[in-house]
Amino acid sequence: MTTRVFVPRDTTALSLGANKIATLIQAEAASRGLDIEVVRNGSRGLFWLEPLVEVQTPEGRIGFGPLSTDDIAALFDERFQEGQQSHPASVGLVEEIPYLKNQQRLTFVRAGITDPVSLEDYTSHDGYKGLKNALQLSGQQIVDEVKTSGLRGRGGAAFPTGIKWQTVLDAPGEQKYIVCNADEGDSGSFADRLVMECDPFMLIEGMTIAGLAINASQGYIYLRSEYPVAHEILKQAIATAYEHGYLGKNILGSKRQFDLEVRLGAGAYICGEETSLLDSLEGKRGLVRAKPPLPAIVGLFGNPTIVNNVLSLAAIPYILDKGGQAYADYGIGRSRGTLPVQLAGNVKRGGLVELAFGMPLSQLMNEFGGGTRSGRPLKAVQVGGPLGAYLPEQQWDTLIDYEGFSAEKAVLGHGGVVMFDDTVDMGEQARFAMEFCEFESCGKCTPCRIGATRGVEVIDRIRTGENQEMNWQLLEDLCDTMVDGSLCAMGGMTPFPVQSVMTFFPDELRSARQE
Amino acid sequence: MTTSGQWRMEGVRDIIHGLKHKPGALLPILHAIQDHIGYIPESTIPVIAEEMLLTRAEVHGVISFYHHFRTHPTGRHIVEICRAEACQSVGSRALEKHAKTTLGIDFAETTACGSVTLEPVYCLGNCATGPSVRIDANIYGKVSTTRFDELIADCRDAMREVS
Repeated sequence: MTTRVFVPRDTTALSLGANKIATLIQAEAASRGLDIEVVRNGSRGLFWLEPLVEVQTPEGRIGFGPLSTDDIAALFDERFQEGQQSHPASVGLVEEIPYLKNQQRLTFVRAGITDPVSLEDYTSHDGYKGLKNALQLSGQQIVDEVKTSGLRGRGGAAFPTGIKWQTVLDAPGEQKYIVCNADEGDSGSFADRLVMECDPFMLIEGMTIAGLAINASQGYIYLRSEYPVAHEILKQAIATAYEHGYLGKNILGSKRQFDLEVRLGAGAYICGEETSLLDSLEGKRGLVRAKPPLPAIVGLFGNPTIVNNVLSLAAIPYILDKGGQAYADYGIGRSRGTLPVQLAGNVKRGGLVELAFGMPLSQLMNEFGGGTRSGRPLKAVQVGGPLGAYLPEQQWDTLIDYEGFSAEKAVLGHGGVVMFDDTVDMGEQARFAMEFCEFESCGKCTPCRIGATRGVEVIDRIRTGENQEMNWQLLEDLCDTMVDGSLCAMGGMTPFPVQSVMTFFPDELRSARQE
Repeated sequence: MTTSGQWRMEGVRDIIHGLKHKPGALLPILHAIQDHIGYIPESTIPVIAEEMLLTRAEVHGVISFYHHFRTHPTGRHIVEICRAEACQSVGSRALEKHAKTTLGIDFAETTACGSVTLEPVYCLGNCATGPSVRIDANIYGKVSTTRFDELIADCRDAMREVS
């Protein structure tokens, strides 16, 4: 009987040698005359175990990781292919690992289990049930289901998705568009990438349902060029969906049309801002547009457009399959459903943790993350990407909840959690926030374009002790000007990490560390 | 991707003709030209402008806006080091210094032997297993200085095999 062995193919597993391991397993199996099929699955998101190889047994899938190429012969010597767990890298039944078992996976329910480009795997694990339901509903009924779910934009702004869809549904216009924002540029974020690399049909299904809801016949996925693996997998999945009638002129024989295309960005962080993204899709410089008009009314090529993050659209198949209420049953307050949190940076057990809103940040970092990778004390945590505040220890008990983070002058953003140990120089981190804005500003509005440059200069003066108190006040003023006067979140939120360092780590900003 | 410097304007026109019917075709066209030639030669700008009914200034404006597009040839391998916060927390600043010192170049420069162009990148989405480095289409995680030197040695060996 053929034994199935799973070797993941997401960027992280590949970055740690998964391709070589897959090749070696095949070669070793051939030389030993063993009947082994190597399946390239997605990742479970347990990145500290990658490359994590799994073998199918009657009891379930047994994992081995993290593996290096030197381990492969020994794995076979220990008869791992028969489910023997004597190899030191054995982690037992993968689904019993507490990190995975204690999650509440609604969106990432298939990640790492299936072959991402196998439509058969997708449909045999509840895939396309949501679309089949949606085909029986009116546009308004679909939008109502999304409203019931309480889903809010997962890209960071947390705007209610159902309201956005309603606006586009109500906007007059023959041509409407669905645009997926897959320009996941926030450091510490990889959940969008994991959706696209581990379960791309879920995103395609979510976008197709959105198209049915507002009667849009065309969708675009705007993908960042830094994600070559996601690009390949998406292209393959889209081609397969076309072949099997899940995309195109006549979706599942319904006479309804939805076409989908991936467009690559070109290394501009600002294109993750929805209006800048639309300009880029139109073939222009990615300049931010003034709002109003909202993209929901005047969006791509001047037409009503839904622009949603990958995770928002990826939540849709579940909502249309199980019902909006089933999704809304998770969460706290106005933060309904689950958030895929990404534990990153200096973390012992980094990876993806999908949980209902309401878990304290500290519990995530300790119980799941296991503290720092270096083993040194944790000092600061940046949540929500480069525009998010640095949280000191007294804020680590904040619950994962949009309003809870706002109350702490922090942002949950896209759910990326970047941990820093006590070797970090917080003054340097504050400077980097301004430096990054200087590098990535689209240049349209003055507070952002000039403010970031001046911000780097003023921080440098503070750090070298030049007119320190006067420059400190100047930096406070500059931050206020950027927050109040910038056209979009790039300039408007760049001060957040800076202000958090000024408030909680002022001494480190005042004195540059001597090397 | 070819970096041999051998390309024909006819090839560029073919690329444009194959894509210009798409709505918002300029970025796909620029990507295709850069993938084909390795960069976007200045001499193609008037051709792109003419075919797309744009001014040369508009085309230049788009190319210069995006960090990914280049108008000059690069080395045989493009080595990008992640400078974003998650990688900073696990030592990317030290890796960046090491890379610049051992290669003897700054960002946006190419080694004298022509094997490596060094570039910064702001996040490769590999944030739980940093520091991360991208070499051409491949991404590498947990890159120590030793691992970096091995990867660079591979770049140089690969160059020797080619030449």
